[in-house]
Amino acid sequence: MVTTPPPAITALGLRKSYGDKIVLNGIDLDVPSGRIWSLLGPNGAGKTTMVQILSTLIRPDAGTVHVAGHDLAKDPDAVRRSIGVTGQFAAVDEMLTGEENLLLMGDLHHLDRRASRRRANELLKQFDLEDAGKKVASTYSGGMRRKLDLAMTLVGNPRIIFLDEPTTGLDPRSRHTMWEIIRGLVANEGITIFLTTQYLEEADELADRIAVLDHGKLVAQGTPDELKSLVPGSHILLTFGDITELDAAVRVLGESARDDQALTLRVPSNGDLGEMRSLLDRLDAASVVAKNLSIHTPDLDDVFLTLTGRPAAENEAENAEKETV
Amino acid sequence: MALMSYAMSDSWTMVRRNVRHITRYPSMLLATVVIPALMFLLFVFAFGGVMGKGLVGKDAGTDYVDYLSPGIILLALVMAAMSTSVSVAMDMTKGIINRFRTMAIARTSVLVGHVVGSVVQALVSVVIMLAVALVAGFRPSAGIGGWLAALGLVALLSFALTWIAVAFGLAAKTVESASNTPMLLQLLPFLSSAFVPAESMASGLRWFTEYQPFTPIADTLRGLFLGRPIGNDWIIAIAWCLGIALVGYLWSARLFKRDPQMT
Repeated sequence: MVTTPPPAITALGLRKSYGDKIVLNGIDLDVPSGRIWSLLGPNGAGKTTMVQILSTLIRPDAGTVHVAGHDLAKDPDAVRRSIGVTGQFAAVDEMLTGEENLLLMGDLHHLDRRASRRRANELLKQFDLEDAGKKVASTYSGGMRRKLDLAMTLVGNPRIIFLDEPTTGLDPRSRHTMWEIIRGLVANEGITIFLTTQYLEEADELADRIAVLDHGKLVAQGTPDELKSLVPGSHILLTFGDITELDAAVRVLGESARDDQALTLRVPSNGDLGEMRSLLDRLDAASVVAKNLSIHTPDLDDVFLTLTGRPAAENEAENAEKETV
Repeated sequence: MALMSYAMSDSWTMVRRNVRHITRYPSMLLATVVIPALMFLLFVFAFGGVMGKGLVGKDAGTDYVDYLSPGIILLALVMAAMSTSVSVAMDMTKGIINRFRTMAIARTSVLVGHVVGSVVQALVSVVIMLAVALVAGFRPSAGIGGWLAALGLVALLSFALTWIAVAFGLAAKTVESASNTPMLLQLLPFLSSAFVPAESMASGLRWFTEYQPFTPIADTLRGLFLGRPIGNDWIIAIAWCLGIALVGYLWSARLFKRDPQMT
């Protein structure tokens, strides 16, 4: 008989505000075990606050949370024993070497000396940090520091790991290394990952389920494909040389979605070749020449736009502006 | 029982972490020794001739180097406390502290690590200061018992000042303000009997000097080192140390228990 494992994290009616700024406004969560569950949202949406609450760092104003079956408010130490946290800003002791950092974690998990040393060596090897192990962490590159951070989180063999924007600020290569490591953790060790990210691509790439957080509320949840099905299907975007060509095309193809400024016409399409050929044939027959043609399939950017009314990039720009003020 | 031993072993782990920081970056220790040492030499060799003549009351006729040496230890301890505040404030800005907070470890172990590490650092600087003083002509007449009692009081004062310094470091919003708050603390040895006798001060200041903690502590240390009667000063000195330590501990524990301030 197959039993479904109990959920790794559940939350009900989670609220948090700082002064009159509401950061989390009634969040309900249900994170299954052994999966990568991603919280997607722009900067300032409340992702980090959520991780800080679920990882016992700060207390919520209201709501009940269970992590690994333990009540967060009543038994935070039991929660702490089941989790590991790797944040956006590497939580390593920069004055110690990589190896000393890992041994420090071993001591704090009350491993005996030999077990602690064995685990440290294992992790240095697994994360390709063997050469760097004897060097002080302040000399590490961003990617190495992030790897050491995650290695430290793993010393205690946590069942649930919170990864708060684990690849923010990393170069593409380090990002892909990090992705490989994260996938490996779930596939080989059955760990549950609670991943927050502002990168749609990252959520799409890694997550089994995604929840979209915007202004302190979850605006959608589902698998990446379910989320993509929320937005209008794929379309073909035709660009014309001038307004008369555009007018002519509209007469042939219908008013669908024209943009007089950009001189473009958006035609719904499922991306099927035959359909595309017939579309071009109809334009040909009317001697209308399109300057450019592109096929567009929905990605999570479109999901974001549909759900929040703003593109994700604009959100980020808006927040970046706020930060510089 | 298991809880107790985990609290001990976590504290020990944190002590080793802090001691390793100090041995790896000894510049902080050097900075806390150099300033009081220079000041000591300045006071003894530049001003000492005049100041020694001004020693009044029970201190009349004492060599100024003998008068000042026990007092300069207080300055070294206050300097060490200042560096503790800064290093605590700096540590609190680091992600590693948040990692500790999400682990099932004894919470106060982080603070105990800082306190023990800082006391060790302060005692090292006191030993260096005493060596400088002896070279400069300090001739204590204390026996073994007097030395032990004096060093015991120094350790107790260091413990008390460190707990207060930890609280300053935790309360500070920025690392800069952490280095500014203990400045007031740094003034206290100058306004005590550490440099000149209270009797020689203007009357308003004299009142303050007689009742602030550093005066009975300086007088007790001087009495112990120079083998003179200390009356009940030692009781007042120990009471001040215990009181300061308790306030510092309770304040620190309270500050550390609240939710970390998130930016």
